[in-house]
Amino acid sequence: MTQAQLAQGASPLLAVRDVSVVFGGIVALNGVSFDMHKGQILGLIGPNGAGKTTLFNCLSRLYQPSSGDILMDGVSILSRPPHRIAEIGIGRTFQNVALFPNLSVMDNVRVGAHAKTSSDIISDSLRLAWVRRSETSINRKVQEILAYLGLEDVAHTVVSGLPFGTQKRVELARALAADPKILLLDEPAGGLNHEEVYVLGDLIRKIRSERHMTVLLVEHHMGLVMSIADHVVALNFGKKLAEGTPAQVQADPDVIKAYLGSKDQ
Amino acid sequence: MSAAEEAIAEGHEAVEAVPKRAMTLGTGTSLVVLAALLVVPMFVKNFIIFQMTMLLIYGLAVLALNILTGGSGQFSLGQSAFYAVGAYTSAVLMEHANINYALTIPVSAVICFGFGYLFGKPALRLSGIYLALATFALATAMPQLLKLNFLEHWTGGVQGLVVTKPDAPFGLPMSQDMWLYYFTLAVTVAIYIFSVNLLRSRSGRAFMAIRDNEIAASSMGVNVALYKTLAFGVSAGITGVAGSLGAIAVQFVAPDSYTITLAISLFLGMVVGGVGWLPGSFVGAAFIIFVPNMAESISKGLSGAVFGVLLFLVIYLVPHGARQVAIFGQQLVGKLRKN
Repeated sequence: MTQAQLAQGASPLLAVRDVSVVFGGIVALNGVSFDMHKGQILGLIGPNGAGKTTLFNCLSRLYQPSSGDILMDGVSILSRPPHRIAEIGIGRTFQNVALFPNLSVMDNVRVGAHAKTSSDIISDSLRLAWVRRSETSINRKVQEILAYLGLEDVAHTVVSGLPFGTQKRVELARALAADPKILLLDEPAGGLNHEEVYVLGDLIRKIRSERHMTVLLVEHHMGLVMSIADHVVALNFGKKLAEGTPAQVQADPDVIKAYLGSKDQ
Repeated sequence: MSAAEEAIAEGHEAVEAVPKRAMTLGTGTSLVVLAALLVVPMFVKNFIIFQMTMLLIYGLAVLALNILTGGSGQFSLGQSAFYAVGAYTSAVLMEHANINYALTIPVSAVICFGFGYLFGKPALRLSGIYLALATFALATAMPQLLKLNFLEHWTGGVQGLVVTKPDAPFGLPMSQDMWLYYFTLAVTVAIYIFSVNLLRSRSGRAFMAIRDNEIAASSMGVNVALYKTLAFGVSAGITGVAGSLGAIAVQFVAPDSYTITLAISLFLGMVVGGVGWLPGSFVGAAFIIFVPNMAESISKGLSGAVFGVLLFLVIYLVPHGARQVAIFGQQLVGKLRKN
């Protein structure tokens, strides 16, 4: 048990190795490396245009890095197409909520379970016994997640009419439906008010410990990151500026300069 | 239980939002409609039975388009091409190879599925109006392809092929028209049930997820390219079955029966029936079969203009088509029950 924990501590769950992304002549990411260990909440911070979302999109395979590698449990994920990322246990939410607006909350979360289930159009059309069994287990899972996030009341409601905060929770529920090992959250606090942000912080911590997940949090809201992250990576102009505990990063002169400007200028 | 009834049964919740829209009719309503479809032909003339057969056939073709557009969000103005391939498959197999009409139907389903799937591959690169244009090209090309010289031996070229109408089997005492109607009804009910199952399944949710947000769907593990081409395949397969049944019912296939006009009619039927609402497909089919006749009875010389005005009125009054009327009816019934 302890040995296993030690072994996990030694090799990172996710390793970003010298990743660069170039769009035309613009270098969006320039040799960024960091490790994520199991059970961590890693906060990725940086001013606008620092490359946070670019890195995030490399992890979810929407962008292909120009160089460098991203390893999950020691295996590169870069040869996988975007739709085969969920099945190895990487789930994500989007910066500006990307739900399926015409589907009910329940159906949205059911789509989340797509990667962990299988079917084919013929069995689905005939509703064969194994398809029915699989649907029953999907439904049980979805009900459990909706209850966990307090969404049972809106389960059968079309998402497009729901308040923004609720939609964000639906997106979280959808990501949880695939039982990811790593949860990538792209600015989850965006558009939430002060109180909602702290509720969210508690929720992320609760999900991490109760559902055994590792969380990568890309966030503008410094208060949220500093209060819940175990480890913080700060980016600026596509480069890693600093890395360490929240306190270390907060005290780093380069980080302060990037956010507030320096006295000399 | 319908969606509106569910919403009422759940009581007064704090969140007031749009309840989930049903994709189908409730079980009770479906059974009533089915009973009517079973009984009515016993009391009407053969010509009406023939028209009801055509209604089911066009209904299937509109349903197929509804799965493609309402389900997976892809436009097609090329459904007439799939319909033609289905019709010709049945006609050629029946007349040249003497294969039983009923057996030709699964063959056309498979051939058209393959055709649609393959067409869906290059169409993956296109979306929205560009996809509509590509499928339009397919629809305009098909009648000419069917007239090609080297195919003439099988297709009969411009002349087309005459198809023998099947008799009722087992010495059943019914007319050819009535037998064909019940045969078509059985095929239609089966396909309708399969389609509802499909759209409510994991695959159907993948279709709709792609329709609503491709990037999010892909992040959830949905293979967007695969499901888009599958949607084309399924849609083409069902359209092919409709084409086969149409060839048998009309007893004739000719290249010029399957022009772009047919594809546009099917598209129109889908819009009038309500995009994404499967029962609406049959309402839409009724519109494209009967309204042109009505327009002609109002004014022979200006039938096209009258049809246009009627169409305009429908779109203006009920932009969501028959689905909107059905939802309104449901709410009315719900209110009456509550009082």
